Amino acid sequence: MFDLNLISIFISSIFIENILLAYFLGMCSFLAVSKRVDTAMGLGQAVVFVLVLTAPINWIINQYLLLPGALAFIGLPNVDLQFLQFITFISVIAAVVQLVEMIIEKFSPSLYMSLGIFLPLIAVNCAILGVSLFMVEREYSLIETVVYSAGSGIGWWLAIVAMASIREKITYSNVPEGLEGLGITMITTGLMSIGFMCFAGINLVNEESDNPALYDEEKNSIDFMEQNNDNIYS
Amino acid sequence: MSISKIMKKSIWTSNPIAFQVLGVCSALAVTVQLKSGLVMGLALTFVVSGSNVILSIMRHYIPHRIRIIVELAVISSFVSVLDLFLQAYFFDISKTLSVFVGLIITNCIVMGRAEAFALANDPVPSFWDGIGNGTGYALVLIAIASFREIFGSGSLFEIQIIPESFYDMGYSNNGLVLLPPSAFILLGLIIWSLKTLGGAQGEE
Repeated sequence: MFDLNLISIFISSIFIENILLAYFLGMCSFLAVSKRVDTAMGLGQAVVFVLVLTAPINWIINQYLLLPGALAFIGLPNVDLQFLQFITFISVIAAVVQLVEMIIEKFSPSLYMSLGIFLPLIAVNCAILGVSLFMVEREYSLIETVVYSAGSGIGWWLAIVAMASIREKITYSNVPEGLEGLGITMITTGLMSIGFMCFAGINLVNEESDNPALYDEEKNSIDFMEQNNDNIYS
Repeated sequence: MSISKIMKKSIWTSNPIAFQVLGVCSALAVTVQLKSGLVMGLALTFVVSGSNVILSIMRHYIPHRIRIIVELAVISSFVSVLDLFLQAYFFDISKTLSVFVGLIITNCIVMGRAEAFALANDPVPSFWDGIGNGTGYALVLIAIASFREIFGSGSLFEIQIIPESFYDMGYSNNGLVLLPPSAFILLGLIIWSLKTLGGAQGEE
């Protein structure tokens, strides 16, 4: 159940709930950098890299410093610092991006040449902050966060590379005046998003549920959730 | 630059969404209903104008190298205030918008206006620039959201506006309009029509 759950998070964050095509995150850099496949590859890799670094760091900070009661270990059990969540997350992201840039520049000039120019762009990429906020909202554990951030990053990478290859072809076609550039890109993205909706049928956890123990466990958890919902709404 | 010129420029001739492609992320995600679109537009206007004023006042004291972090800090303080306000007074809407309130921080409009305008101008024009860009953003949001709510759910502000007799005659709501792909396509069409109508200036 546990491992399956991780695989399910991974697959669904790449295909079913693609961070770009279903949640519209990271559109700005997606539109700006999807003109050529090689730059799109570079940015995609940089996004995966930064996501996998920042989301777990943010998870740890959120869990051990910001949540209500998290500061109990220094004798402040009643402190709730959640209002600092946004400012902490964005500072962590900006700091990590800066740090990564410096480290890469120092140790791998060739990697810096290919990724370096994209790193400042990433600090303000909504996808990075979005993943951190989603992970809090969905109450993922640390391992789930790592898997989810990797999946989201790969999904974003996939989408931007696909888009860049389509746009390279589009330059040869005859687009109506006024629709060139941005307009046609948005519409193509829409069609791509329809394509990705076909993956919505994938549901790993249910497929495997012919194992009775697993099924019971899952059913119990659903019952439990329903009860919880009832409690909330009543 | 006079205030009216700034307003006209930011709302129409270089509308942030349609002509500069900034801040598209949230524009698409919160437009299933007109109400959330409208609140998002107001929220963004508040954040842009507020952070523009603060950054413009501070602009001579911010070292150039760390300006991005300073900008992010100012913007995220505004967003935190906004988020707490929404949670306290408009809890339902705050639940609907979920993470997208937080994502105003990375909304390119806010950063873009801070970089391009507030760091080079006085507080008063910066304030109006923020209001103008926020309004330009809100207008596009309202356009997309009304279309999606009317054709997707047959209502506006959650009030039924397509009469029952239409449904009896076989009309039905278009479910596709509520799904993510339609938002992309609609925005593409809006950009197309705006460009053809000719506000177009200064893309790229």
